[in-house]
Amino acid sequence: MDLEFGASYQRLREEVREFCAAHWPPRGEEAELPPRDQAIRFRQRAIEAGILFRTVPREYGGAGGETDVLSETVIRQELDAARTPHRSSVQGTHMLVPTLLECGTEEQKQSYIAKTLTGELRWCQGYSEPGAGSDLASLQSRAELDGEHWVLNGQKIWTSQATEADMMFGLFRTEPEAQKHAGISYLLVPMDTPGIDARILKMINGGQDFCEVFFDDARVPAANIVGRRGEGWKVSRSTLKHERLLIGDASGARRSFDGLLDLARRAQRGGQPAIRDAGVRQRLAEIEGYVASQEYAVARMLTAIHKNEDMKVMNEMLMAKLLSTNTGQLVARLAMELLGDEGLTMPTAEDAAMGIPSEYTDSYWVSHSMMTLGTAIAGGASNIQRNIIGERLLGLPRDPRKG
Amino acid sequence: MDFSLSEEQELLQDTVRSYTANECPPPRVREVFDGESGHDADLWKGLVEMGLAGLAVPEAHGGAGLGLLDSALVCEVLGAGAVPAPFLGHTLAVLALRLGGSAPQQERWLPALASGDRLGTVALGEAGGAWAPEEWTLSLQGERADGAKTRVPAGPEAGLVVVGGAGGALGLVDASAGGLRWSAEDSLDRGRRLYALELEEVPIETLAPGTGARVRDAALVLLAADAFGAGTRLVRMAVDYAQARQQFGQPIAAFQAVKHQLANMALDIDPTRGLFWYAAHAFDHLPEESARAAALAKAHITDRAMQVARDAIEIHGGIGMTWECDAQIWFKRALFDRQWAGTPDTHRARLADLGGW
Ligand SMILES: Cc1cc2nc3c(=O)[nH]c(=O)nc-3n(C[C@H](O)[C@H](O)[C@H](O)COP(=O)(O)OP(=O)(O)OC[C@H]3O[C@@H](n4cnc5c(N)ncnc54)[C@H](O)[C@@H]3O)c2cc1C
Repeated sequence: MDLEFGASYQRLREEVREFCAAHWPPRGEEAELPPRDQAIRFRQRAIEAGILFRTVPREYGGAGGETDVLSETVIRQELDAARTPHRSSVQGTHMLVPTLLECGTEEQKQSYIAKTLTGELRWCQGYSEPGAGSDLASLQSRAELDGEHWVLNGQKIWTSQATEADMMFGLFRTEPEAQKHAGISYLLVPMDTPGIDARILKMINGGQDFCEVFFDDARVPAANIVGRRGEGWKVSRSTLKHERLLIGDASGARRSFDGLLDLARRAQRGGQPAIRDAGVRQRLAEIEGYVASQEYAVARMLTAIHKNEDMKVMNEMLMAKLLSTNTGQLVARLAMELLGDEGLTMPTAEDAAMGIPSEYTDSYWVSHSMMTLGTAIAGGASNIQRNIIGERLLGLPRDPRKG
Repeated sequence: MDFSLSEEQELLQDTVRSYTANECPPPRVREVFDGESGHDADLWKGLVEMGLAGLAVPEAHGGAGLGLLDSALVCEVLGAGAVPAPFLGHTLAVLALRLGGSAPQQERWLPALASGDRLGTVALGEAGGAWAPEEWTLSLQGERADGAKTRVPAGPEAGLVVVGGAGGALGLVDASAGGLRWSAEDSLDRGRRLYALELEEVPIETLAPGTGARVRDAALVLLAADAFGAGTRLVRMAVDYAQARQQFGQPIAAFQAVKHQLANMALDIDPTRGLFWYAAHAFDHLPEESARAAALAKAHITDRAMQVARDAIEIHGGIGMTWECDAQIWFKRALFDRQWAGTPDTHRARLADLGGW
């Protein structure tokens, strides 16, 4: 047990810190650019400096080097601390890019990866459908090959940021005769293709991120398939291999807990700050137990992955999502109580947008109380997580499968 | 950064685990649990021979000179096995001497504790749940002490008693000197029996000031580790039972409701291990964080373990409510860990203060 990061990581930390100080926030003419362009420039420079996307080969627009999970953690900590816009849409950088690197053609890699890393090209994920959620493989949207094109018909739903995205990576049924999982292909779909209609679905918090997308004989080049016909299910899973490097975001739980402490200092109870109230202190302390557990679980995973001992931390890996979902809900519940009357007001549009807040305002907390429900649903609902823990970790019988 | 156990630490756990699994399997645990004294002298002798009595004793005094994390890892294994051994009180007595003993005091006592010639224990609590060093009232002013302590592990088996006194001071009492009156409490955890202690004109030597709070912090870490072990075992027991028990023509584990209950239990306890690792590490290496980390580990882990224990009984159905079912033994193990040295809420109140909230 050694909780220091060590000299080489300390040097890396300082390098990243200096880089951030030199390049963010932008100065001079660049400060006049729209925020999105500022962010793209920052990411370009960070890639050139070998800080972002370190393992993506140079010929595809990455930094073309090596990394390890601890370096990634140190870098992320510093980029966050300096509040830099290093994260572009996760759908692109964390889902599509790893998939293309693993399964894409040379041409696909050349066309898409570089621009996706900087955020010039934005993606949405077209998986869920009205009839296919947890049971994703039952999806029905079709793609039929007609000469040089795939012809798409059907509907996707809950598609985050579909109206902003330039492209969709989606799953479509191309082999209607094949068995459920074997009939699906992974396609890349330009969102401006005629016959595609993306509509915003107003979210519970008033946010505009959710969409539904309709396909009516939309024609997409035949070359826009990743992997072979009928291998879409496998292709969509290939992303998972890259998730090892992404572990380490318990920092979000700690930031949110610190935000909760600030709220408790600001909110009043019986004429004094709520944080002086014995009951509130108990609940804060109880939540801190979960937050700290999550941090140490992450530290343990980082260590094991760094040493190539992944098997030792299967528990932590399989529990990570449900643990952070549950912690998020505890934070949300107490925050709403502390807000009192402020909890009766709609959040601002800015606070209702998905993502990490720049400030933990009252309005943010109202939105957060609703958006933390999203973590319990998206990316494998909590009951599905319980099945995974029960079956893969505890060795309990699998649910009977029907259809 | 390396948040993991060393090979030696994993080996230590494996060794203690296989020894206790062989020498003290559940039927033997139950025998001692239901026995007259709750003490298994042969088992303790075996553990002493493995070096556990001297784990925390400096090498110069005949011990292994290991840190609190190593002791905590042993507690985890003992908790998992509900092993009826006086390791907790003994280790705390060793730590009291190591942290607060003068050179002659260490010279006199530590070798005897390391070799197991003397069993150590601690008398910290007083009537009315006075576990905090600030609340202790027993006077350590003179050369002799009078007063009463409660919830003392090991009792008459102990050869050396570290007694908590007014102002959070600690004193050393040689149990063979006479003047100690032990009365057995009707202990809930019958594998770790507790005693009330009355001191009458007993010769006492004080340890360095401030040691009381440190020993309390160490106690919190060791209890948290023990509870983690017990909780983890209770999940396993519930899983095994759910796979064996048939209702409606299938193992109850095949009902999703039961599967999810079990998954929630695992999620309750498994991610907490880092809390006691960190608190134990902080005790030896990060003094400013040590008290708060210990309070957090004790409050959170023992609460989670207790919840797991309740759920495990529920999974067992009617048999779970019986003395005959082994789950009750681990339930009481977890309950001891939660109640002894102060309940979770008292430690949450402390950690709020310590956090400057
Ligand atoms: C904020 C947010 C963003 C999203 N973004 C995207 C996106 O960008 N692209 C995209 O494709 N999708 C997206 N989704 C959709 C998401 O992947 C689905 O909502 C999710 O897979 C669940 O599917 P469902 O909504 O159809 O719920 P259902 O599958 O119908 O589940 C409803 C309830 O039933 C439970 N349930 C289902 N099956 C079982 C079972 N076997 N055992 C026990 N309980 C079960 C679930 O736990 C859940 O509580 C997003 C969702 C949210 C909330």
